[in-house]
Amino acid sequence: MANDSYLNVLGVWKSFDGHPVLRGIDLEVPAHSATVLIGASGSGKSTLLRCVNGLEAVDAGSVTIDGELEVTDFNTDLDAVRRRVGIVFQSYNLFPHMKVLDNITLGPVKVLKRNVRQARDQAMELLKRFGLDSKAQDYPDRLSGGQAQRVAIVRALAMEPEIMLFDEITSALDPMLVGEVLDSVRELRDSGMTIVMATHEMNFAREVADTVCFLNNGIVWEQGAPEELFGNPKQAETRNFLSRVR
Amino acid sequence: MVFKDPMRQEQSRKKARRDALIGMASLITFVIVCVVLVTNSSGWSTFQETFFNGDQFVESFPTLLQAFWLNVRIFLIAEPIILILGLLVALARTLRAPVFLPLRMIATLYVDVFRGVPTILVIFLLGFGMPALQLQGVPSDAIFWGTAALVLSYGAYVAEVFRAGIGSVHPSQTMAARSLGLSSFQTNRYVVLPQAIRNVMPPLLNDFISLQKDTALVAVLGPIEVLRRAQIDTSSNFNYTPYVGAALIFIALTIPMTRFADWVQRRTAKKRRAGGVA
Repeated sequence: MANDSYLNVLGVWKSFDGHPVLRGIDLEVPAHSATVLIGASGSGKSTLLRCVNGLEAVDAGSVTIDGELEVTDFNTDLDAVRRRVGIVFQSYNLFPHMKVLDNITLGPVKVLKRNVRQARDQAMELLKRFGLDSKAQDYPDRLSGGQAQRVAIVRALAMEPEIMLFDEITSALDPMLVGEVLDSVRELRDSGMTIVMATHEMNFAREVADTVCFLNNGIVWEQGAPEELFGNPKQAETRNFLSRVR
Repeated sequence: MVFKDPMRQEQSRKKARRDALIGMASLITFVIVCVVLVTNSSGWSTFQETFFNGDQFVESFPTLLQAFWLNVRIFLIAEPIILILGLLVALARTLRAPVFLPLRMIATLYVDVFRGVPTILVIFLLGFGMPALQLQGVPSDAIFWGTAALVLSYGAYVAEVFRAGIGSVHPSQTMAARSLGLSSFQTNRYVVLPQAIRNVMPPLLNDFISLQKDTALVAVLGPIEVLRRAQIDTSSNFNYTPYVGAALIFIALTIPMTRFADWVQRRTAKKRRAGGVA
């Protein structure tokens, strides 16, 4: 196994109520690269991402971050894992009782023990970078879906993670609002963030991914550079899936 | 731009005026008929004499008000303790770590017992039972034990209200908080509880109203609160007007509280609709 990869997933199994979702999945993500997971709904993309930050406990196999932090070890402090791994969900999950700014500073202040003013300055800087600084004092119910999702991205970034996981973050959005969220991901990728992203946006995957992984039946069925996987898929199942989503 | 047909507006104004007039006329007729029927019935003068005696009312009302101050004090002391107790018990029941097993069991047992026993029974049990022990350092004051009984009984109800509120916060909120590295305690403190408490404000206010009335139960132990006072006044004059006076005092306090609870309920519902996407 190559040790220069930032994230290593090795032989991970996971089932829910006797229904297997991951069946010995392997994945290697090099630092500063973008890996895009594609596949039908239920193919295990979301479950895989949740196993990476310890939201789901695996049944078998291992997840290792930066070659040292065993997420799947029972003795690992999962809060320490989550400080280094950012995740953004399909349904945003902003805290509705807090203003945008407070949503963002909660983690840095309570977990990283930053002082409030410093955390606010940093949050405002991030909001500005994503064109959201005018929304800082609004409650989440005043935001459009696209804005809410970008705030969720900023909230995760405020923890200064080393890797970002995106779990179908545009699936709940109006088609008109997808672009602004994808632009934010593109910007992050260009800044060198390590990214693992589950998505149904094939054009976006082709454009930003260093590696595309097609998940089928709970394993990585086929993977490769985007031009390779989209242009010349080797497996019949991959061709079949791609022909249906196009 | 907004456009409204002036003809239609005029018509709908006319209809509203007519509806209001009909409603008023109907109400006035109804009240007159009721008053005439009641006051002309054969037993009316005795009834009025027994329940709505003006002299009795004027005589007893100041003493009733004075006695009611005790109810208010019981309420003001019991309510904050109930809130804290209820919240702690609800939180204890959500603890999942194995070390907290005894705490979780005690909390569950407490709720099961005190939700199942009539409040007045708890009041008898503590109010008469504890002083009978004659233990050193254990107070024998009826007001103390009456209030304690109310706290124990209502604490169980309020704990269940809080627990329902915690359950009403979507698990994705906890997931998002834990993903930011917040501990289980921090997640409860900053994310789950603030939303849970907002969601249960209407049922909590309902329990407050109920508690205001149940302060009268302490009367069975002997302290002269408003109900006991009314009972004494009633039996010394064989006239029931003091009871009506006591009832009016309770109503004067609970009606504003009820309207406030309704208002909070409407506001919470509106906020929830608006916050649906978040």
